[in-house]
Amino acid sequence: MRVTCTVNGTSRTADDVWEGESLLYVLRERLGLPGSKNACEQGECGSCTVYLDGTAVCACLVAAGQAAGRDVRTVEGLAPEGDLDPVQRAFLQAGAVQCGFCTPGLIVSVHDLLARVPRPTDPQIREALAGNLCRCTGYEKIMDAVRLAAATASEPGAAAAGPDGAGSR
Amino acid sequence: MDFLTPPTWADALAIRAERPDAVPIAGGTDVMVELNFHRRRPGVLLDLTRIGDLTTWSLDGELLRIGAGVSYTRIIEELGDRLPGLAMAARTVGSPQIRNRGTLGGNLGSASPAGDGHPPLLAADAHVELASVRGTRLVPVDGFFTGPKRSVLAPDELIAAVWVRPADGPEQFSKIGTRNAMVIAVSSFSLALHPGRRAVGTGIGSAAPTPRRATDAELYAAGELPWDTLAALEPGVARRFGELVAEAASPIDDVRGTAAYRRHALAVLARRTLTWAWRDLCG
Ligand SMILES: Cc1cc2nc3c(=O)[nH]c(=O)nc-3n(C[C@H](O)[C@H](O)[C@H](O)COP(=O)(O)OP(=O)(O)OC[C@H]3O[C@@H](n4cnc5c(N)ncnc54)[C@H](O)[C@@H]3O)c2cc1C
Ligand code: FES
Ligand code: FES
Repeated sequence: MRVTCTVNGTSRTADDVWEGESLLYVLRERLGLPGSKNACEQGECGSCTVYLDGTAVCACLVAAGQAAGRDVRTVEGLAPEGDLDPVQRAFLQAGAVQCGFCTPGLIVSVHDLLARVPRPTDPQIREALAGNLCRCTGYEKIMDAVRLAAATASEPGAAAAGPDGAGSR
Repeated sequence: MDFLTPPTWADALAIRAERPDAVPIAGGTDVMVELNFHRRRPGVLLDLTRIGDLTTWSLDGELLRIGAGVSYTRIIEELGDRLPGLAMAARTVGSPQIRNRGTLGGNLGSASPAGDGHPPLLAADAHVELASVRGTRLVPVDGFFTGPKRSVLAPDELIAAVWVRPADGPEQFSKIGTRNAMVIAVSSFSLALHPGRRAVGTGIGSAAPTPRRATDAELYAAGELPWDTLAALEPGVARRFGELVAEAASPIDDVRGTAAYRRHALAVLARRTLTWAWRDLCG
């Protein structure tokens, strides 16, 4: 079947989609958007997290046809081409990326969290990221990255802040 | 395989009647796992996510009618004040991504003995609204499940909604698992106190072939709780309540836990939830 949806602001069409196929497969294999990762295909790891009509979901659990006509936003679409979203920048600055496999899903989940809760507490961060697994970092650097992204976003003058906030004032 | 997206409920029921090989898909958090792992190859996927009615809830007289397609996230945010037990259970489901997508209708459709939505619905005397081209019927939740992953849902029926009275007293839900997120319950327990009619509701999860009530425990607590004086709960009453809940279960040994552990855990969960709920009631 043919599936047309808006992906990162642009209308995209995939042909020869199998009816039981996931949105994740369509994004990665048919639309050339490999940012969303495929690790478990069962909703456990969160590495495929994307926005579907503004809600963070596991793309591996959305049937391709369910995304037809809907608005999909992937990690590739968080910032304009060549630029980085503040959450992406915070992950780099905080050293929250090792092998990087979990990173795209985490970036989308953190982006979603900060849109809803601009200054999350640590328990709120842990709760929001409970569906994103990372086998490398031990999560502490990821926590740092989220705190940094939150601080950066809420202090307009602090965009150039380092991981410890130095340089922000 | 066909992928059908009926725009209305009537269209969905018509397809369900004509195509017995159709598998409904709502949030997809159970169905897609089966498809991704080649465990299921239905003739038709019947997408319910375009049917607006399914994703609404309303207060109809004294009862809440929650559309089968309302997500856990919305239950927590929009109904948490009126259905605290169900909201507590919903908060333990999967992860934010799963709660954003997973629905109460899908939980009932899967009819897993471990489904976290079931114990609070049992404790609150909820009913399930089933519909087909033949008509609509209301089934009490404790008559809905017939076995592991089996229910009274007929091949031509769809789950339309859940009917439940807003809480009229404290409610609690507690679940045992290996971590705080993303776990299938080893066992779970839900409790509702109904001080107005001096009754107690219970729901046991993951400790029998189906979710079930602990009727003897309900009657025992209703008779022993000091409703008049609202005095502190006697430890002996809480303990006996726990024993009766454990006796109502018929758990099995499996990868998640042994039958003996499940029984023990249930007794503890029941004792604790009764203690918390009674404390809530007495202020
Ligand atoms: C990572 C992960 C973690 C999970 N954690 C939990 C957990 O902690 N607790 C828990 O209880 N569950 C958990 N689940 C299971 C699942 O999320 C729930 O059962 C959820 O409620 C299913 O809802 P859904 O809308 O996604 O259902 P779907 O997958 O769309 O459907 C599930 C079943 O119900 C049928 N169905 C759906 N809607 C209807 C309807 N209106 N009428 C008739 N049949 C219908 C489908 O045909 C299918 O058989 C988890 C799943 C995953 C992938
Ligand atoms: S690939 Fe979707 S959650 Fe793991
Ligand atoms: S950085 Fe390797 S899995 Fe997270």
